[in-house]
This record gives sequence, structure tokens and C-alpha cells, in this order.
Amino acid sequence: MLNQLTISELTAKVARKEVSAREVMQSCLDQIGRIDGQIHAFLSYDAADALAQADALDKVVAGGAAANRPLLGAPIGIKDVLAVKGQPLNCASKILGKFVSPYDATVIQRLKAAGAIVFGRLNMDEFAMGSSTENSAFGVTRNPWDTSRIPGGSSGGSAAAVAADECLAALGTDTGGSIRQPAALCGCVGLKPTYGRVSRYGLVAFASSLDQIGPFTKDVRDAAMLLEVLSGVDHADSTSVPQPVPHYAAGLTGEIKGLKIGLPKEYMVGGLDPEVNQAVQNAVKQLQQLGAEVIEISLPHTDYAVATYYIVATAEASANLARFDGIRYGARVEGSDPISLYGNTRGAGFGAEVKRRIILGTYVLSSGYYDAYYLRAQKVRTLIRQDFLKAFEKVDVIVTPTSPTAAFKIGEKSDDPLQMYLSDIFTISCNLAGICGVSLPCGFTANPKLPIGLQVLGKPFGEETLLKVAHAYEQSTRWHKEKPIGKLTRR
Amino acid sequence: MAATEIDVKYVAHLARLTLSPEEEQKIGAQLGNILGYIEKLRELDVSEVQPTAHAVPLINVMRPDEVRPSLPTEEALRNAPAKANGLFLVPKIVE
Repeated sequence: MLNQLTISELTAKVARKEVSAREVMQSCLDQIGRIDGQIHAFLSYDAADALAQADALDKVVAGGAAANRPLLGAPIGIKDVLAVKGQPLNCASKILGKFVSPYDATVIQRLKAAGAIVFGRLNMDEFAMGSSTENSAFGVTRNPWDTSRIPGGSSGGSAAAVAADECLAALGTDTGGSIRQPAALCGCVGLKPTYGRVSRYGLVAFASSLDQIGPFTKDVRDAAMLLEVLSGVDHADSTSVPQPVPHYAAGLTGEIKGLKIGLPKEYMVGGLDPEVNQAVQNAVKQLQQLGAEVIEISLPHTDYAVATYYIVATAEASANLARFDGIRYGARVEGSDPISLYGNTRGAGFGAEVKRRIILGTYVLSSGYYDAYYLRAQKVRTLIRQDFLKAFEKVDVIVTPTSPTAAFKIGEKSDDPLQMYLSDIFTISCNLAGICGVSLPCGFTANPKLPIGLQVLGKPFGEETLLKVAHAYEQSTRWHKEKPIGKLTRR
Repeated sequence: MAATEIDVKYVAHLARLTLSPEEEQKIGAQLGNILGYIEKLRELDVSEVQPTAHAVPLINVMRPDEVRPSLPTEEALRNAPAKANGLFLVPKIVE
């Protein structure tokens, strides 16, 4: 079925006119019709617009002008936090009401220019705050491997849609693991680029110094192809970095002989599931067999990362979310004066987790507490970043589990925010340090069969080496070929 | 740190966020728990450490000072909950 193809398989077929973009798009829409009722990855999708984009691309192919479109005809789903002109944008929150984006995010412009079909609004934790997609105001997304379980979060819809072949790839965002963790729990590839690699223009900000946009794909080659399209400096985002964009896919040689891989001793912690640990140890052995050298390293401030993150991220969020005040856009709840209008609008519009984080972020920034919390956390952030920069003097990449456990049950952690936060323990440091990371499949738990993710972390702007290692491992295994689909259609 | 030490009502006012009494109580208890965990940062001596605001420091990012098209007023107002005469409509601020 066409919806099961990777982007690299598809674009070759479209360019040779073996299949049309319309056929591929229709195949994805059919799959959504068959199974999305069971997983609820999509909040909405505009089928007519998607097919119109496909037809326009087919005309381009017929006219012989398909060159320089590396994503030709690939249907790509979009997390509900990125602006797509003329489409709704809700951040899975009630507070945005019937908002329709007046412009395209830079990443959307780049996808369209590369020949992708941009479609759908993928479910997420409200304002990307969460690790399970249970915080969506519009209902939870279910894991395609076991619909009683969460898909991870906050980009749970993106991960579930790609794992269930509802689209060929998807965009998500990662502030503390929101791409890598759901990719691990749903069994796909999820890449968080180095901070500044991809423009954030048109991304609704959660924590501006941590947020990055990145791809969910079915294999590492597709992640490399998408990253190349998404990357590059943008005058609309002054934090995007003017670094040249390499031809990432060309670096996927399968050759990793002599590369040094770091294993942080602090990541073998209590709470790490034995099956996850075993799968990661096996992956490390596999990397050694491929010729990599494995070295134990130390990231001594690992234990402070979650606490640091929940100060820095909530502080930035409390400022960023001030814009949702019922004045310029979104749902408004009236009040007798502007102050009560703001309070009423925000009280009615935001969900529980968003309120909790706004309160925490406001508190750590408030007079008398700033030095004790926010400034201290920014200093510990320096120590965490230095840990990584020192480690990268000795090794080329670092390998860890992506998540300490496989997907947990819906409702299991939703009443205990601290336990939920601690499930991000392996992914959070990467954002604080501003480095890049990818999660890819490295096995399954036995019963029930649930995907396990391997995280590879790379140097700042070291995506080429990161992807080379991930690709070499992936191509020596069969994990990425496994599909959850049979489970869904049998029901 | 005990839950009672956070004045949730006051912080919610700073955040312009109206909470029900039940929400205040629940958030207060949960934040007490989270702040207790965050206390572990006090174990570290950070007196000689510079803070990190951004992981990739860029200094004086400039763009050409050129007039470029921007969002037309009509488009900018399209999502407004209340508007009139090309402006956002808000409750009365001064008598």
C-alpha cells in the first residue's frame, strides 16, 4: 500500500510517474478513515485541500518541472502547534477558539517548496505540555501498538500517525523530549535538531530557549532528507543560526568504523525497565560489531536536569502564554474590566497542566524567588551544558535509552505530575544543552509487544554524525520494518 | 517545602489566571510537591557559574533595514473576538 512507503521510496516512484501524488494522498486518507477512529491521531484534516495540493504536484510532474523537489508528493502531517495558512491552529487547547492561521510557518513554506503535501492537525498535549498526549483538550491519542496505552507526548499525534501509516512523515516539536519520547513509544524515528538549526517562525512558543521543530519518519534516511529541507537560517527567527546545511542523506554511508560512542554511567538509573535496558545494551553491542568504539563517560549533573528544566521551561512558558488574553484572537470570556476579562478568559480556556505550569513559572520569576529558583536553574543549566561539551571532547555521539519504560497505560500517571515529569529524565538534558538527538527503534518488550527507543545524542550541529550512526544501526536491524497495523485492523 | 508556603491566589493574580477554590487547593498541593523536588538544586555550589539563557549564543543579530510587506489589517483582525473600525474592541479602560 502506498501509505506504507518511506519518502525516499515514494519520491522515486512519483518522479518516474509510476504513482501519482493524488494516489498516495488518497491512500493516506483511506488509512485515516480505516483506523483513526481507534487512535485519534488527527484533530482534523482538510481532505479537499490535501487532494488539491496533490493534483497541483501531479501537474508539475506532468509538465516536467519536478526537479529540486526532494519531498515530491509526500503527505506530511503537522502538529497542531505550527501555523499553516488557512488551516486551524489550536495547540490542542480551547483557548484559541476558531483560530485560523493567517500565514505559513517557515518550516511549512520549506516543505511546500520541496513538493510535500502539508495536511492535517495532529493531536498533542495542550501547548506541548505533557508526556502522554492526555493533556489535549480534544481527547487522548492512543498508541497504535496497544490502544489502552499512551503514545507518548507531547507530539503523540505525530508519532501515532507515522507509526500507523496515516502519513509518510510528520512534524513535531521538542522542548524536553516531545519528539524523541513519543517516537520511541510508537516505534518510529524522531529527530530533535540542534537549537538554532531550524527556524521557529510560525511555531507557537512554549519555552523559546528550548523549543525546536523536527521530523517523525519511518526510517533514518527520511529523517535526513526532511532535516535538510527544514534547516537553515531565517531572518524571521533571529535565533536560527547561519550554519551551512549539509547534504545529510549523502552522509549515510553505513560506515562507522572507529567512531567513538559514549555511554553515560549516570543513565543506568533505578526505574529503568529491565527490558528497555537489555534492548539498549544489545544495541550497544551491535554498534561495537559495526566497528564503533564504546567508551564509558560521565555526565555528573544528570540528576539535576529535570528540576532545572521545570524551572526554565515553566518560567519561559508563563511569559510566552501571556499573549493568550482574549483580546486579539481566540475565545474570549467577558469581564467587567480588562483584568477580569484576562483572568476569566485564561481560567476558562487553559487546561489543568497548562495552569499548573503557568503558576509554577510565574512563581519562580516572582519578586523574592527569582534568584533562588530561576537564576539558580540557569546556572545549573550551564553545568549541564558543560557536562556534554566535555563528554564530546572524548566521543562522537552518546547513546542512551530514550525513555525509561515502554508506553504506559492511559491514566496511569495523569494524577501525579511529578512522576510524569520524571519520565522525561533521558531526553530533557539535550534541550538544556542545546545539542541534537534522535530516537529510533531498538527492540520490543515481550508481553505486550511495545516498541523500545534508542536515543543517540550528538554535538551541536553534529546531525551528520548523529544520523550516520543511527542509520548504520538501523540498517543492521529489522526493528523499523515492524508495523502495528495488523493489531488495529483485526479489531 | 510545604504546600502552604505558596500563595497560589496571589501568584494566579500575577498571571491573570482566575482559578476556582478547588483548583487553588489542588495546584497548591501539587506545586508544593514539585518545589520540594526542585529543592535539590540547592545541593550545588553555583557561586562561580555564569547563567545560560540560550544554549547557542548569538550576538547582535541584524537584518537589512528594509520595508517589507506585512500582514494586512484585515487579516490581522480576522481572528479577533471583537473588532470595530479596523481595531480590536476591548472593555472600557478609563471612565
